[in-house]
Amino acid sequence: MSSNNTNLKELFLNGIVKENTIFKLALSLCPSIAVTNNLKNGIFMGLAVLFVQVMVNLTISMMRKVIHPKVRLPIFMLVISGWVTVTQLMMAAFVPDVYAKVGLYIALIVAFASILARAEMFASKNKILPSMADGLGMGIGFLFALIVISFFRELVGKATLTIPTGLTTTYVWTLMETKPLLIMVLPAGGFFAVGILMAAFNWIDAKYSKKAHSH
Amino acid sequence: MSNEFTKLFELIISASLINNFVFTRFLGLCIFFGVSKKMETAVGMSITFTSVMMISAAISWVIFTQVLVPLQITFLEIIVFIGIIAGLVQVSDTIMRKVSPGLYYKLGIYLALISTNCIILAVPLVSAGEKYTFIQSLAFGLGSGLGFALALIIMASIREKIELAEVPAPFKGLPMAFIITGLIALAFTGFSGLITL
Repeated sequence: MSSNNTNLKELFLNGIVKENTIFKLALSLCPSIAVTNNLKNGIFMGLAVLFVQVMVNLTISMMRKVIHPKVRLPIFMLVISGWVTVTQLMMAAFVPDVYAKVGLYIALIVAFASILARAEMFASKNKILPSMADGLGMGIGFLFALIVISFFRELVGKATLTIPTGLTTTYVWTLMETKPLLIMVLPAGGFFAVGILMAAFNWIDAKYSKKAHSH
Repeated sequence: MSNEFTKLFELIISASLINNFVFTRFLGLCIFFGVSKKMETAVGMSITFTSVMMISAAISWVIFTQVLVPLQITFLEIIVFIGIIAGLVQVSDTIMRKVSPGLYYKLGIYLALISTNCIILAVPLVSAGEKYTFIQSLAFGLGSGLGFALALIIMASIREKIELAEVPAPFKGLPMAFIITGLIALAFTGFSGLITL
């Protein structure tokens, strides 16, 4: 039982650190730039992806013995687009102000290579519990990356942080009144932010592995 | 009549330059960074993309206005559009293999990549949202395709040069590509306000 638990934990951590969708695999980049100009949008987008990823993994894993291997891809797409529609309708109902801004990108979760890849590579071959752990790890890794990017962009760009305190309420924390580097919240700034953060990740990674070697 | 032509022309210009999918709407980035390493693949990808985009815009317009709207099931648009695109890709794959094996050999691999690309899905979604007419959605598809082609070709020509440049170690590869894209995107913001639709 204990070895089983460590396995689940490893699966969970794998998605957050080792195979982080954005920083390591460089997949699903579109929303990482499009919606991260304020912290709140980033958080909700990340939660939507987390939900879809876990539910898709769960559904595929439950149906894995019924799906014929020859028609598996269309069925995966159908399951994914079904869950995306569910997410879209829920967000339109409960968080309409966020939905107005990120709606198009929610619909485009369907085309995320990372979700299809996890369904194909993992959920269609494994039991329900490991599949959910894998989905949870992948989703949280994505959420984490979105939070880091939007935190960085909003703080540097506008010196504020929009923190959601409930579904419709937010608290805006202001560091100072000026806007230090407005370019970071503009469209072009998103590319700069992701580039710089990716380089930072590479740098930390290189330093860390060098240390591990010298020991 | 001429007024309508001007409108269509404006739509193409706005879809390709002002609201360029890559630089101002941030779609199709995976493919954009994936295939922009070499000029040759970039050109092949652009041709395949533009044609598939126009055809899928046309088919999904017909299905959306003739089937989904009368039956009041527009909330199923995502499922239907992704089905149309996957089917279309499969059909053109088969036709191309039989009719012109040479072209298939050159462009076939890009076709497979298309079904998981967000731009192709975004074109019908946006034109359904904006309630474009048939001709307008065709023009929108063409404009978006041209815009994507332009972005890919600019990026590929820059990346071929940057291969030879000395880049700080942590920035090698993708991070540098992101910074370059940011610079091009800055240049593209100059187009905003060129035409007000």
